[in-house]
Amino acid sequence: MTDTAAGVFDVGDGRRELRATVAIVGAGPAGLTAARHLAGQVPGRVVVLDREHRAGGVPRYCDHLGYGRRDLGRFTTGPKYAARLNELAVRAGALVRTGVTVTGWDGAGLRATSPDGLLTIRADAVLLATGARERPRSARRVYGSRPDGVLTGGTLQQLVHLQGKRFSGRAVVVGAEQVGWSAAATLRAAGAEPVALTSVHAQPESPPPWTAVGGRRGGIPVQTRTRVIRLLGHDRLTGVEVQDLDSGERRVVPCELVVFTADWIPEHELARTAGLSMDPGSLGPVTDASFRTSRPGVFAAGNLVHPVEVADVAALDGRAAARAILRHLQEPVASAGPRLIAEEPFRWVWPQVMAADDGPLSRDRLLLWSDRHVRFPVVEVRQGGELVSRRRVAWPVSPGRVFRVPSTHLDRVRPRDGDIHIGLG
Amino acid sequence: MYDFAVIGGGVVGCAIARELAALDASVVLVEARGDVGDGPSKAGTGVLQTGFDAIADSLEGRLVARGHLLLTDFAERTGIPIERTGAVVVAWTADELAELPRLAEQAARNGYPHTRPLDVREVYSALPALGWGALGGLAVPDESIICPWTTTLALATDAVHRGAELVFDHRVEGVDVAPGHTLLRTNAGAIACRWVVNAAGLGADLIDQFFGHDRFRLRPRRGEFVVFDEFARQLVDTIVLPVPGGSGAGVVVAPTVHGNVLVGPAIGAGDVTNRADTDTTAEGIDALLDRAAAVLPQVVHEEITATFAGLQASSDQPDVTIAVHPEQRYVVAGGIGATGLTAAMAIAEHVVGLLGEAGVDVTARQGLPAAPTMANLGGAGRRTHSDSGSIALDPSYGDLVCFCERVSAGDIRDAFESAVPPRDVDGLRRRTRAMNGRCQGFYCAAEIARRVTERGRES
Repeated sequence: MTDTAAGVFDVGDGRRELRATVAIVGAGPAGLTAARHLAGQVPGRVVVLDREHRAGGVPRYCDHLGYGRRDLGRFTTGPKYAARLNELAVRAGALVRTGVTVTGWDGAGLRATSPDGLLTIRADAVLLATGARERPRSARRVYGSRPDGVLTGGTLQQLVHLQGKRFSGRAVVVGAEQVGWSAAATLRAAGAEPVALTSVHAQPESPPPWTAVGGRRGGIPVQTRTRVIRLLGHDRLTGVEVQDLDSGERRVVPCELVVFTADWIPEHELARTAGLSMDPGSLGPVTDASFRTSRPGVFAAGNLVHPVEVADVAALDGRAAARAILRHLQEPVASAGPRLIAEEPFRWVWPQVMAADDGPLSRDRLLLWSDRHVRFPVVEVRQGGELVSRRRVAWPVSPGRVFRVPSTHLDRVRPRDGDIHIGLG
Repeated sequence: MYDFAVIGGGVVGCAIARELAALDASVVLVEARGDVGDGPSKAGTGVLQTGFDAIADSLEGRLVARGHLLLTDFAERTGIPIERTGAVVVAWTADELAELPRLAEQAARNGYPHTRPLDVREVYSALPALGWGALGGLAVPDESIICPWTTTLALATDAVHRGAELVFDHRVEGVDVAPGHTLLRTNAGAIACRWVVNAAGLGADLIDQFFGHDRFRLRPRRGEFVVFDEFARQLVDTIVLPVPGGSGAGVVVAPTVHGNVLVGPAIGAGDVTNRADTDTTAEGIDALLDRAAAVLPQVVHEEITATFAGLQASSDQPDVTIAVHPEQRYVVAGGIGATGLTAAMAIAEHVVGLLGEAGVDVTARQGLPAAPTMANLGGAGRRTHSDSGSIALDPSYGDLVCFCERVSAGDIRDAFESAVPPRDVDGLRRRTRAMNGRCQGFYCAAEIARRVTERGRES
């Protein structure tokens, strides 16, 4: 850490300072990809900080196919994808520092803790790419006991894919979106028997194609309009009580494991302690299409701003954010423009600001999150009470996955007028 | 054969074991569970009470007042996280407002003359985020918040340093009182001792019956709690107390030394028959969230970090039951409810005093070890992860494992190498805060489990 080649200076009080042109927090797909496109393009150092001991983010422990198609043009597994993104960032010249936990802000800089000591990072631009996590059981208001055998999907994947842990017994998976099916597949591979997936929705969130590929979907029923409400068992889980949301009827499903998947919340601690403007729907920071937050010089991308998109979309955020950061380093321009506001059934929309100087949207897509299914959606865009666009979208709105809308829906929006509301007709 | 066997490794049992271990005597603490502080002691409000609202002239009231002083001093010496936040009793109705002067008088009678009436403006100035509709309040400046986990651990650690032995997983199922010694029959073998101290918490009435007494019955009451995310902590710096018997249903809204906001207890209707029933319920948590929304409206926009329930031993007697029976060489310290945390050290002092009166030599040994220094779990003090000196000496303090709660590999190792090491993940949580944060283990549970398993294999 004292090597000056890494740009670290002692600044007294046992604190060290790291100077960088761009500091990126989070070495997941968004952060690593941004680093790859910034390193070598900016005069100084591009540093990526991650608190985990290995770079790569969530894909490190998602050992199934489904990664890299959109950004790398190859279809690979999570761990290989994570390793590849890290390799590309390092090869481009980025300094990827793992085992460094950013704990807060020090004026415009970042404060971090690492085995090498306390660190202040001073950078001309900061990109927050801290991702998202699954809500734990208490936050989902699931009552009952606190036995062993209760996991989130992320913890399950880490136990199995990073530590080779085996499981046995029956398992109930809460949530039937992509990560729910992935959890079921992992449970099965690890020796447990997934007996049901539960979904609060009237129809299962469409499973991703890869689960069908290996035939691994076979035989696991999805209990729709069902909520797990209570955990049973004192030391070890013996079952879950589920409620039919239509009839109110309750019954017990005996099981030894329950895995709470999805129900995403962005890892937004640094965004909030920076005092950034936050989106009450996504709970992530408000950004424009250039990934600028409300604080000049602080950018946010990936699943911190859209919880959650697939990994390669997060990576493409990183690429677009890199372009915006390059522009910022040449001439900083604050984000300004009308707000984009999600209307029912949407919980959030990204981006939240239509800045006049923004380039095209990443992948030319608006991202929205819905709490219910709509089979034949007609997307309506209003500005100042006036309908500016009303168009059918050829794919359904499905809870548990991002609903992508072509940015052409916003073509007739006037960037100097008021808030833009996007909903369904 | 031990001179003293203390039954129960809660905060009271640990305090008594520590006090007895200061004598020229051998002490064993016998705990049915696998850890100290694993029952009601871990699951309360974490408020160090002044006893201002205790029943006047009760032994419990005196012990709370004395215990507050003793524990404040012990906390400062050992590093138990403690913050003198003060409390405000908030009146929400005209009846409650009328009750406040009587409460102030009661406080004065209980030896606590420092309460101060607050008008509406003063209430909102002390509690800017308080919900609409407060009519007035009573400030109780010395109510404090303390870490209940570290308190029990510090008492147990000091007891061990003084030579006490801790025996876990031994549930006392019967006693044989013989001339000269008593045999505790447990599910894991017998333990012989001269004196027995019953500090068995929820089981104290049963143990008392083993000795042939029938003077109090415990009705466990389940109290449910909600812990809000650390982002809620900026909303409240002071303990918000309800007027006893008023509209607040006894629910306290308190900051915690760990940096969260705690709301509870919601006392369930009806008796809890199963003395291990610490389930949370939809009714209980809904009631707490309603109360939280009224007291601190913005708190409901923050995430719930955890919900839990604890059992309190509610006695059918109006006061605590503390007595010495020299003919049986038996001491009971039972019927201690939610005041146990505050009163524990005073109860221990009182028990030793009673033993002295009964003719036991209670002269403290010379050369007792210094009070232990506990790992700081509090937000107010310096923790290892933010201390460059600690990290420079030992880089593992900068190697964070639990990111939300900033618990390092060094902190975890220290816990395992301490005088009272954890035996499972829950024990580690209470010693380090690992996995207690907003992600509840999403990021670190796998790594923590690996470390616990590894340590278990080594020991």
